[in-house]
Amino acid sequence: MAYSYQLKRVDFIFRNENDWEKVLSNTIKKKPDEIINELISSELKGRGGAGFPTGLKWKLTAESKSKEKYVICNADEGEPGTFKDREILTKVPYKVLTAMAVCGYVTGAKEGFIYLRGEYKFLEEELNKTIDEFQYYCQEINLDFKIKIFMGSGAYICGEETALMESMEGRRGEPRNKPPFPTQAGYRKKPTVINNVETLVHTWTIFKYGAKKFYDLGVQYSRGTKLFSVSGDTPKPGIYELELGMSLQDFVYEFGDGDTKAVQVGGASGFLVPRKKFKDTAIGYEGKLVGISLPTGGSMMLFNSSRSMFNVLDNYLEFFREESCGQCTPCRVGCQQLLLGIKAVKRGEKPASYLDKLLKLTETMQLTAKCGLGQSVANSFSSIVENFREEMIY
Amino acid sequence: MDKKVNITINGFPVELKKGKTILEAAEEQGIKIPTLCYHKDLCVAGNCRVCVVEVVGQKRLSAACATPCEDGMEILTNSLKVRNSRKHIIELILAEHNADCTKCYRNGNCELQELSSEYKIMTQDFIELAPLKNYTIDMYSPSIMKDDSKCIKCQRCVRTCAELQGVNALTVAYKGDHMRISTFFEKAMNDVVCTNCGQCVNHCPTGALVERNYIEEVWGAISDPTKHVVVQTAPAVRVGLGEEMGMKPGERVTGKMVAALRRLGFDSVLDTDFTADLTIVEEGTELLTRLKKALVEKDKSIRIPMITSCSPGWIKYIEHLYPDNLDNLSTCKSPQQMFGALAKTYYAKARNIEPEDIVSVSIMPCTAKKYEAHRPEMHDSGYRDVDYVLTTRELAIMVKQAGLDFDKLAPAKFDRLMGDSTGAGVIFGATGGVMEAALRTAYELVTGRDVPFENLNIAPVRGMEGVRKASIKIENPLEEWAFLDGVELKCAVAHGLVNAKKIMDAIKAGEADFHFVEIMACPGGCLGGGGQPIPTNPEIRQKRAEAIYAEDADLPIRKSHENPEVQKLYKDFLKEPLGEISHHLLHTKYTKRERF
Amino acid sequence: MNPIKSLIKDLADLHGRHRENLLPVMQGVVQKEKFLSEYSMIEIAREMDIPAAEVFGTATFYSFLETKPAGKYIIRICKTITCAMKGKNQLLFAIQDMLKIKTGETTPDKRFTLLETNCLGWCHKAPAMLINDDVYTEVTPEKVREILTNYMKENI
Ligand SMILES: Cc1cc2nc3c(=O)[nH]c(=O)nc-3n(C[C@H](O)[C@H](O)[C@H](O)COP(=O)(O)O)c2cc1C
Ligand code: SF4
Ligand code: SF4
Ligand code: SF4
Ligand code: SF4
Ligand code: FES
Ligand code: FES
Repeated sequence: MAYSYQLKRVDFIFRNENDWEKVLSNTIKKKPDEIINELISSELKGRGGAGFPTGLKWKLTAESKSKEKYVICNADEGEPGTFKDREILTKVPYKVLTAMAVCGYVTGAKEGFIYLRGEYKFLEEELNKTIDEFQYYCQEINLDFKIKIFMGSGAYICGEETALMESMEGRRGEPRNKPPFPTQAGYRKKPTVINNVETLVHTWTIFKYGAKKFYDLGVQYSRGTKLFSVSGDTPKPGIYELELGMSLQDFVYEFGDGDTKAVQVGGASGFLVPRKKFKDTAIGYEGKLVGISLPTGGSMMLFNSSRSMFNVLDNYLEFFREESCGQCTPCRVGCQQLLLGIKAVKRGEKPASYLDKLLKLTETMQLTAKCGLGQSVANSFSSIVENFREEMIY
Repeated sequence: MDKKVNITINGFPVELKKGKTILEAAEEQGIKIPTLCYHKDLCVAGNCRVCVVEVVGQKRLSAACATPCEDGMEILTNSLKVRNSRKHIIELILAEHNADCTKCYRNGNCELQELSSEYKIMTQDFIELAPLKNYTIDMYSPSIMKDDSKCIKCQRCVRTCAELQGVNALTVAYKGDHMRISTFFEKAMNDVVCTNCGQCVNHCPTGALVERNYIEEVWGAISDPTKHVVVQTAPAVRVGLGEEMGMKPGERVTGKMVAALRRLGFDSVLDTDFTADLTIVEEGTELLTRLKKALVEKDKSIRIPMITSCSPGWIKYIEHLYPDNLDNLSTCKSPQQMFGALAKTYYAKARNIEPEDIVSVSIMPCTAKKYEAHRPEMHDSGYRDVDYVLTTRELAIMVKQAGLDFDKLAPAKFDRLMGDSTGAGVIFGATGGVMEAALRTAYELVTGRDVPFENLNIAPVRGMEGVRKASIKIENPLEEWAFLDGVELKCAVAHGLVNAKKIMDAIKAGEADFHFVEIMACPGGCLGGGGQPIPTNPEIRQKRAEAIYAEDADLPIRKSHENPEVQKLYKDFLKEPLGEISHHLLHTKYTKRERF
Repeated sequence: MNPIKSLIKDLADLHGRHRENLLPVMQGVVQKEKFLSEYSMIEIAREMDIPAAEVFGTATFYSFLETKPAGKYIIRICKTITCAMKGKNQLLFAIQDMLKIKTGETTPDKRFTLLETNCLGWCHKAPAMLINDDVYTEVTPEKVREILTNYMKENI
C-alpha cells in the first residue's frame, strides 16, 4: 500500500515578520542546551542535501573544545533545478542572519560566513546592507557575532561542505577526507557548523513558534515543511513551501501539465521517478513510510512526454563531468565513461548490454567516490536507465 | 595517553594504538592493501580510491589510507564488494591512461603496472580516454620529462614539490574531465621555478614523470674508439644501486659497481668522492678565510653564514627564491663539476690524452646534476666539463642491458688518479655529511687536533631530523687562527628544500647566528636523491644512511685533507687551496633568477 | 605603477594577504579586467607571497575566474536541463548570429564574450543568462537582440 498524504501548502518561510530583533533577544535568553534540545525535539533535518539532524550538528560543535569556532551558511545553491535559497536571501535574509547568530551563541562561534555562489553576485550589495543593520543590533544587545559574505566563483562542487571550506581557505574546492567532520575540524580546521540557507530559516521558525509547531507538520522521519523549487514542464513553475510526506501523485496532480512522464526529484543528483511510480513515492527523508529519500535541496523538475530521457541524462552527465572536482578516480573517470558510454550505445557503437556495465560502474562510484557528487551520479543514472532503457538505445 | 582500540580485520581480532589508519593497521598484520596516491613521505590525499575496504555496517566503502580505526570496526580488505570495486577503479585508471607499457620508461618498475598485473585486468571495456585528449610531452628540461598521457592524477608529485620541497612548481589545474597536473600557465618545466631535484620523479608511481635519460648517448661514446670515456660515481650511488639489482636496501655495492662499470667499457672508473675530499679542502679553507675576513678584518662584504653549494637542486632553489642571499653560498662547485673540470685538464695532462677526446660521464643519485652539467658556466676546462649525467637508475639499466650478473661480479677497485677517497668523501652522500667532513678538516686545520668526537663521528649533525643544529667550541687553536680561540662555531644542517626554507627565512630575518650551514635539496641528502632507486621512503633512506656511515667507518683514512691523491693534486697542479687554478677550475658564480 | 599592479596591491590591502584572501583578490581583478592574465597571476603571486603555480591552479578551478582574454561583457548562457529544454539553443544561435562569434569566443572589438555555464538558479524562469553580474530570465531570441542592442549602445 502506498502512503499518501494530501498536498498542503504552508507559509512559514516567506511570512514577512518584522520581529527578528525580538526573536533573537528572546532566544539568546535561553541556555544553549535548551535551544539545542528544542532543535533536537523538532527533528529538523538539514535541507541542503544530506539530511543530517540539525540539533545534533549544533550539539556536536558546541561540545567540540576550541576557542575558535565558525558558523557557515551554505548559499552555494548550484544543484540544477534548485533556486529557493536565492529567494530566501532576497525576501527574508534577516531570518538567516538571526539563526546564524543564535547558532554562534549556542556553539560559541564568534564569526559567521555566508558562502554565496558567484551566480548570485547581484544579491551581495543588498545582503550586505541587511548584515550591517543586523550587526548594529547585535552590538546593541552585546552579542559578539560577526557575519561576512564570501563569494564563490562558479564551481558547483563548492556546495559540498568541505570543498566549500577549502574554497574559503583560498584553495581549489576539492572535498576533504572525512572524518574529521566539520563539527570537529571545519573552516580553518576549527569546529564549524555548516547549514543550508533553508535549514537556518527553519530554526528561526522553531525559535519563534516552538518545536512542536514544526514537529506537528510532516510525517515520521520527515518533520516540518520544505521549500520546493518547481520547474520544467509545468504551468506553474516557482517556489512552494509544502508539508513533507506528500505523495508524488498528488504533487503531479497539482503541478503537472497533464502529460507528465517523469519527475526528477532532488536535482541532477537526485532520482528520476517515472509515471508508474508516482503513486508509490512519497517525498521526504529516508524512512519506513517514504519510498524515496530527498537527496538534495527540494528540486522538482517535471518532464512531459515530448522529452527525450536520453537528452536529459546526457545533460546531467555533462554537468557532472564538468563540475566534478576531478580529484578522485571513480568520479573523474567514471563521469566521462558514463557520458561517452551512453552516446556510444545510442550510436550503436556499443551493444545495449554495455548499459549494464555502466550500471555496475555507477554502483562502484556510489561505493567508492570520495564525496557526495561522485556517489550520487548513480541516482539519476540508474533511475533513468532502468526506467527508460528503450530511450537510451533507440 | 596510550589508548588502544580493538578491531577485526578479515575476521581476526587486532588490538592497536589509537589514531592508526586502516591501512597502517592492515600493514601491521601483514595484509597488503593496494595503494596509488599514498606515499609514506607525503600527507594523505585519498583520491585514487584503490585502497577501499569494507567496514561492516557501512553503506559505502572507506579509503583505508584516510580512515582512522575506531573501536569495534570490522574491516574486510578482500570481500567481493571490495574486489569488484577495486578492479573497476583500476580499469577506470587504465581507461584514462596511455598504457603503452612496452614503450614506457617505467616498464618493469611501475606501481600501476604492478597493480593491474596483480588484479589481472585482461579486458578493456571502457572507452579509451587518452587518445581523446591533447596530451603533450614536455622534454625541454635537461633533467625531467613530463608525459601527461601517463599521469593518473594521484597528485603525489604536487604534494612532493609542495610538502618536501616547498617549491610548488607543480599544481593541479582545472577541474572535472579537464583536471591535470600542470606548471604555472602550463609552461615547460624548464621555464618555471622547478629545481630539477627529481623528487617528483622519484615519487611518481607511473611513467608520467621520468628523468631525461642519456643511456644511448653514453653507449655511443663508449663504443667510439677515438674517445676516452671516464666515469665518476657519486657516494650515494654505491648504497642505492644494489636495490635496482634486487638486493635489500642498505647493501653496499662499491666494489661490484666498479667492476660493472669497467665491464660496461668505461676507460677509467673514478670516484666523485675524490673531488668530495677536494671540495672539503677548498670549502674548509674558504670558510676559515671568510671567518677571518669577517671577524678580524671586519669586512662587511663578507656574508656569514657560509652555505654549502654542492647540491645543484639547492642552488637552483636559492637562485629563484633567495636571490639576495647568493653571496652566502660557498663559491665551490659541486664535486661533480670539480671532477669534470679536472678530468679535462689535470687528468688529461697526466694521462697524456687530448681533452677533446675525453668524454666525461658521471653517475649521480640526482637529476639536478643533469641540469648543472648543462649550465653555460660549467665549461672551465675549455670544453663541457661533464658530458653526460646518468642517474643510479640509468646505470642499473645499462648493467642489465649489458647482461651482467651483478651478484656474481667480483668486487674491484677504482682506477688511480682521482679514484682515491676518504670516509669524509663518502659521507657527502648523507645529510650532515658535508658538515661532518668539513668539521673534521677545519677543526684540525685550526687546532692541529682531531675533532673532539669519539671515532671522529660527529653525531649531532647526523640523523634525519629536518633541521639540525650543532656547535663546536674552538680551544687552543694554532697561532694563525688565534682569533678563533673560544669561538663557538655554530652550524646548521637542513635537507629537503622545505627545511632549507626554514633556515633561509631565519637567516633573512637575522634570527640565525650560524657560521656554517649545509643544505641538501633532497630528503636524507643525496642518498634520497631524485635519481635514486624507486621506491625511496623513510625506512629505505635510513638503511642507505646506515650503509654510508658503515662505509666511512671501514675506510682507513677518514679526513679529506689526508687523501693522498688530493695532496698530490695540490702538489703537482693546484698548488694551494683557493689558489689561482682552483679559482678558475673549482669555483663558480651564481645567477639571480625570477621567483615567478 | 602599472595599473594592474596597483589594482592588485589595493585589493590585497583591502582583503589581506593570506591564502584565504586569494579568491576575493582574484575576483576583484576579474571584476575590473574580466580575466586573469599571466601577468596578473604573477603579480598576485608576488603581492600575496603565494607560489605562482598555486595561483594558476586555483584560478583554473573556478569557471568564473577566466584565464583567457575576455570581452567587456561576458555573456553566460545557462545550458543545464531546464534552460536546455526551454530553448537555450535558439538563444545561442541568435547571439552567435548577432555578434558573429561562436561559443567561447570574443568579438574582435573585445566588447562581448559568449560562454555557456551551468544552472544559474532561475530554472522556473528558463532560459536564463548572465551578462557580467546581471541576470536575464525567460529570454527569447527577440528579447536577447533587444538586450544586446542596448549593451552595444552602452545604454544600460
Ligand atoms: C556535490 C554537492 C553539492 C552540494 N551543494 C550544496 C548546496 O549548494 N547547498 C547546500 O546547502 N548544501 C549542499 N550540499 C550539502 C552540503 O555538503 C552540506 O551537507 C549541507 O550544506 C549541510 O547543511 P544542512 O545540514 O543544513 O543541509 C552539497 C553536497 C554535495 C555532495
Ligand atoms: S566524488 Fe567527484 S567531486 Fe567528489 S571528490 Fe571525487 S572527484 Fe571530487
Ligand atoms: S606508466 Fe606503467 S602502466 Fe603506464 S605505460 Fe608505463 S609501465 Fe605501463
Ligand atoms: S624536480 Fe623538484 S622542484 Fe622540480 S617539480 Fe619536481 S619536485 Fe618540484
Ligand atoms: S605525474 Fe605522476 S605523481 Fe604526478 S599526478 Fe601524475 S601520476 Fe601522480
Ligand atoms: S591510496 Fe588510499 S585513496 Fe589512494
Ligand atoms: S537550468 Fe538554467 S537556470 Fe537552472
